[in-house]
This record gives sequence, structure tokens and C-alpha cells, in this order.
Amino acid sequence: MTDATADNSPAGPLNSSEYARRLKKRHDAEWRFRAYGLGAIFIGLAFLVTLLWTIVSEGAPAFLQSEIRLNVTFDKAEIDPTGTGNIEDIMKADYAVMVRQALREQLANVGNDRAARAAAHRLLSSGADLQAREIVLKDRTAIGQKREIWLIADGDVDSFLKGSISRDTPEDRRRISNQQIAWIEKLQAEGRLKSRFNTTIFTRGASANPEMAGVGVAALGSFMMLVITVLLALPIGVAAAIYLEEFAPKNRFTDLIEVNINNLAAVPSIVFGILGLAVFINFFGLPRSAPVVGGLVLTLMSLPTIIIATRAALKAVPPSIRDAALGLGASKMQAIFHHVLPLAMPGILTGTILALAHALGETAPLLMIGMVAFVVDYPGGPLDPATALPVQIYMWSNLPERGFIARTSAAIMILLGFLLVMNALAIWLRTKFERRW
Amino acid sequence: MEMARTMTETKAVGASSTEAPKFKIKMSGRGVNVHYGAKHALKTVDIDIRENQVTAFIGPSGCGKSTFLRCLNRMNDTIDACKVSGDLKLDKQDIYDKSIDVVQLRARVGMVFQKANPFPKSIYENIVYGPKIHGLATGKQELDEIVEKSLRGAGLWNEVKDRLLDSGTGLSGGQQQRLCIARAIAVSPEVILMDEPCSALDPIATAHVEELIDELKSKYTIVIVTHNMQQAARVSQRTAFFHLGVLVEEDDTANIFTNPRDERTQGYITGRYG
Ligand SMILES: Nc1ncnc2c1ncn2[C@@H]1O[C@H](COP(=O)(O)OP(=O)(O)OP(=O)(O)O)[C@@H](O)[C@H]1O
Ligand SMILES: [Mg+2]
Repeated sequence: MTDATADNSPAGPLNSSEYARRLKKRHDAEWRFRAYGLGAIFIGLAFLVTLLWTIVSEGAPAFLQSEIRLNVTFDKAEIDPTGTGNIEDIMKADYAVMVRQALREQLANVGNDRAARAAAHRLLSSGADLQAREIVLKDRTAIGQKREIWLIADGDVDSFLKGSISRDTPEDRRRISNQQIAWIEKLQAEGRLKSRFNTTIFTRGASANPEMAGVGVAALGSFMMLVITVLLALPIGVAAAIYLEEFAPKNRFTDLIEVNINNLAAVPSIVFGILGLAVFINFFGLPRSAPVVGGLVLTLMSLPTIIIATRAALKAVPPSIRDAALGLGASKMQAIFHHVLPLAMPGILTGTILALAHALGETAPLLMIGMVAFVVDYPGGPLDPATALPVQIYMWSNLPERGFIARTSAAIMILLGFLLVMNALAIWLRTKFERRW
Repeated sequence: MEMARTMTETKAVGASSTEAPKFKIKMSGRGVNVHYGAKHALKTVDIDIRENQVTAFIGPSGCGKSTFLRCLNRMNDTIDACKVSGDLKLDKQDIYDKSIDVVQLRARVGMVFQKANPFPKSIYENIVYGPKIHGLATGKQELDEIVEKSLRGAGLWNEVKDRLLDSGTGLSGGQQQRLCIARAIAVSPEVILMDEPCSALDPIATAHVEELIDELKSKYTIVIVTHNMQQAARVSQRTAFFHLGVLVEEDDTANIFTNPRDERTQGYITGRYG
């Protein structure tokens, strides 16, 4: 009573000038702390913006690609000499001759000089014949007909049009000759050479020519690995977490397991790659460069994260829900599967998706199991050779051509796009299934 | 020494206060000891719980009321450190016997918790969950009947009959607690254990639940833990006073409140401690 009165009197310790000074110090400290926090956030944002800006400004041009519109005659005598549509004949026909012929007809003034013809032919990508073949494979009625098709221009033409090859450079040090520039301008004037949206980068596999290279095969490889990872890591991880959290007796042995799982989550990913190499490839004899091995390695890598996230989600379910179910006579398993698990689901899914997003961007362990491969064709199954998005980025980043530099950044953008989608999915799932109790 | 004397006395007086035994013993404990690890939480408790009566457990915080209540439907099994010894019987059958299935026991001895804990599902699903897992009903019609009967039994039917598919967690605190009671009676238990069911409720909701308990005792045997002396006096026929893990005194409620034999009981009910 007396103390309270003393505190309220003007002379009390809460009214002294000493107290006011300390109060001001406290507020100052708080203000400084906020300033540090804001500063840290701004520095972080600045780095992020710089990073994104570099990648986008480097990569954006790669989403446009120069293409030449030509009237190609699909020579029946070459493609289908027997008239039976024999697939072998169609596959081995020389389409390059046809597209070059079409190009020369279009340019009209190439002449018969070998060097001049070669220079003209270099305007087209060396993959143009593949494009012509694909048209026939898709539509047999094209055989013996003249079709107007868009063919990919050579990487140097593309670089020239995008301004990375300057016309001011002396001709002998330029990758494009004056004659070629003249042809390019002629084709442009006729509306036959244009920058078009680049579908190649999404659909094709590895190629030595930047204009014919794409992340399609790598994306399919990554997708297969993720599917394998989800199918294995989710059930195994959730089951392990449920067992450890709900059923396992609490003793030294389970403590040891718990410590080890936490440690595994911190093991550098390349170690999992070495493990995969030793166990799956050398011991079990699975093929190198195969998505199945990649998926298994990523499963091992994601398991600890999924187990930890699942256990945290299970722990976060209020015990009163368990009690309610048990009190009604539900068995332990019923209580868990009917009540606890559904409530923990948002947390489990979020954790899983984040683990998968991590796995999608993982490169080091995949290098160890030989997924650094030059794979042109789509893998038919998880045992066929494939590569992965981040590995493709790594491989392209080692190449000097201007086209590959742009494609490296473009592939990074595609990978970031996938990661963004996965994270958005995680957030969406969390808000959708989150229930209050 | 003193404790032993009190207990024999308790039994003698308890028996003499009801001339002809018009009641049946539904549950009983003999020499029940509970340890949480090294902590001796309940010390040699002997008690009889009478059928179709309300028995109230009172006593200061931490004296072991909840612990004993949770022995009666073996909810203590979920606590690893908890070790129960002694004889606990339901209808003369040892409930800790190996042959007893705890799932069936908990269906026969239902429980209502201190904090209302409806499942975050619809009111309807809350009620039918118990009958479903025990296979007490087949078909929608039977389940509908159980839902109506249980909600009427818990005095909640009129308030929620138009929104059975709304979430159980959307109800008010008092309604949630009555929903939990309805959920417990939906499996037709024989005994209902209530651990401070009204501690989070306002006086009006409390009055509702108390009325309900009074009605329920015609069909069920009820054990209720309460910190509210008036509540114990209002709803119970028998009262047991626990102190520091010891069952000090167990008698007709009227006797406990007007004429306690142990001075610890006297001290507690007159508010000297606790
Ligand atoms: N899970 C547990 N682990 C260890 N000790 C426990 C546990 N539960 C209860 N105890 C101890 O057992 C004793 C009795 O606890 P109990 O919960 O039965 O008390 P209570 O009479 O219900 O108290 P309250 O009125 O506060 O609810 C207390 O000393 C408590 O610390
Ligand atoms: Mg308690």
C-alpha cells in the first residue's frame, strides 16, 4: 500500500529525471535496432534486384530467336523413293539439300561459287534440316509438295540481329561477312527474317549449336526425378515421422536416431551424390545419367527435411485433439490418421514442397552420378539417359558462344520460374488447408 | 498413522450414512498408487463410485484429482512416465487387466475435458465419429437419430439443429463444451468422467451444464472434478476430497460440506487454503 503511494507521488522513481533519461535510452536503442533491421533488408533487396536484373537482362533476348521463312520443296524422290512411306527412308533423307536449295532460291543471287554458297548456307542453323524432317514426320502429305516453313537462323545471324555482333568491326574479325549482311538485310526487307518467340529453348535437348539447344530434355529429366522423389520421399518420410513422433518409445536409441536425422539434413549434398554413385550405380548396377538414380539420390537428400517438417507439423497439432479422439475410444492409429494427420497436412505439404524445390535446384550430387551428359533425345523412361535443369545450366555456363551465354541466363529464369510456382503452390496449400482449432 | 485412521473412519461413516445400500458400485479403486517417474502423485487411494450418482472430486491444485480421473479410463496410458498400480474395477472387472481392450474401456467410460476440444469438423461429424469407429450405427438414418438424441441429451439440439454441418469450433465456449458432452454420450457410455468441465465457462453456461449433469445421472454414472465448491454441492451426491495425493475423505456431499470429519477437509471447504 505504502509502496504504491510512493510510486505514484511526483518524487517516486518512475518520475525522476534519471528514469526519464533511461527511458529515452531505451527508445533510442529500439529506434537503432529498427534502423539496423531496415538496413539489412535493403541490402538484401539490393542484392536480389541486382541478381535478377543481371539474369533477366542477359537471358531475356534468348526468348526471341531469328527465323527465316522459306518455301521448301519436299523432294519425293529423296524422301520416299519407293512411295511406301518407309520410315527409314524418311529418316535418312538429305533434308539439308532441300532447305539450302530453298534458301538459295530465296536469295536469288548466290551464284555457283562454292565459298559463296557455303556462306549463304551458314545463314541457316545446321539444325534446319532436322526441322524439315520433323515436318515430314508430323505430316506425310508434305512429301512431294512445296511448303512455307519457318527455319531457325544461324546463331551468328541471331547475334548480329540482336546487336552483339557489330557491323563496325572489321570484316576479317567479324563472324558475319559483308555479303551475309547484305543477304540478311534483303531477307529482312522481304519480311522473311524475323525475331520470333523461341520455342526451341523449351522443347529441344542438348546441341552444339546454341540456336538448336534447349532445356526440354533437362526439364523432363528433372520432372522424372521429382516424381520419383515425391513417390518415395513423401510416404517414407511421413511414415518415419509418424512412427518417431507418435509410436517410438522415448529412449536412447530413438534419441540417437533423432540426432542422426537432424545431422543428415545438414550433410553437404555432394556426399549424397557419392553415396548414390557407390550404392546405386556401382553396387546395384543402375545406369549412369539415369533419372531413376537422380531421383533416388534426391530422395535420400529430401528425407531428413521431410521427416523434420512432418514431425514439427505433428507436434504443432494441439494434444487436446488427440485426447478427444482417444477419450472416445479411438485407437492410437485412428486418432492419428483421422484427426492429427489431416490437421498436420498443410505443414507436411509445405515442408515437402520446399524440400522438393530444394531438390529441383540441386546440382552437385547429380554431377557425381553422371547426369552431366550431352543428351539430345528425350528419355523414354527413368532408366534412359537424361540430364537436369540445374546441370544443363552448369554445362551451358561453360560454353563461350554468345548464344549459350544468353541461354544460360534464360535457363536460370526457367528454373526460377519452376521454383516460384512450387513455392506459390506451397503457400496456396498452406492457406487453403490451414484450419483453426 | 493419522492417515490410516482417517481412512478406516471414512469407510465406517460412509457405510453407516446409507442404511440399506440402495446403490450399486459402478467403479472402484483399491490401493491405487500413481507415479510420474519419481513423483508419487497418488498414494493408496481407496474409493467406490456409485452407479447413477454424481461423484465430485475436490481438492487443491496438484493434489491428483485429474490423475485419478484419468486412471478410470486409462487415459494415463498415453503418458510414458505414468505408472499405475493397485486395483481399479469397472463392474467388478479389473480395467488394467491384460484381457481388457482399452478402446472398449474408453467407449464404456467416456470423458469430457477441461477445455472444450471439438474436432475441427462439422457438428454432425463430431457426434457421429464415436459411433462410427465403434460400429454402433449403420446407415445415415441411424446416425441422424444418434445425432439428434445426443444433442438433445446435451441440451444443444435447439441451438444447433439448423446448422449441423457448420464447424464445431465455430460454437461459443459453452456450446462447445456441451457439444463435447453430446459427443461423449453418443457412444452410450456407462460412466462419464468430467475434468473441470465448467472452468472456462460463464455462470449461465455453467448453469446449463450443471442442469445437464443432473439430468444425465439418471442414465449414466458421473464423476466430476471441480474447483467450485458450490458446484460440487449443487450437482453431486458424493464428494471426495484429495490432498497431496491422498484421498482424505469421501462421503455424502451433504456430510462433507456440513460436517467434515477431517480438519484438512474443513480447512479446504472453508477456504483456509487451496
Ligand atoms: N504428465 C505429468 N508428468 C509428470 N507429473 C505430472 C503429470 N501430470 C501431473 N503430474 C503431477 O502429478 C500431480 C497431480 O497432478 P494432477 O494433474 O492430477 O492435479 P490436479 O489435482 O488435477 O490439479 P488441478 O486442480 O490443478 O488440475 C501434480 O503434482 C503434477 O505435477
Ligand atoms: Mg486437473
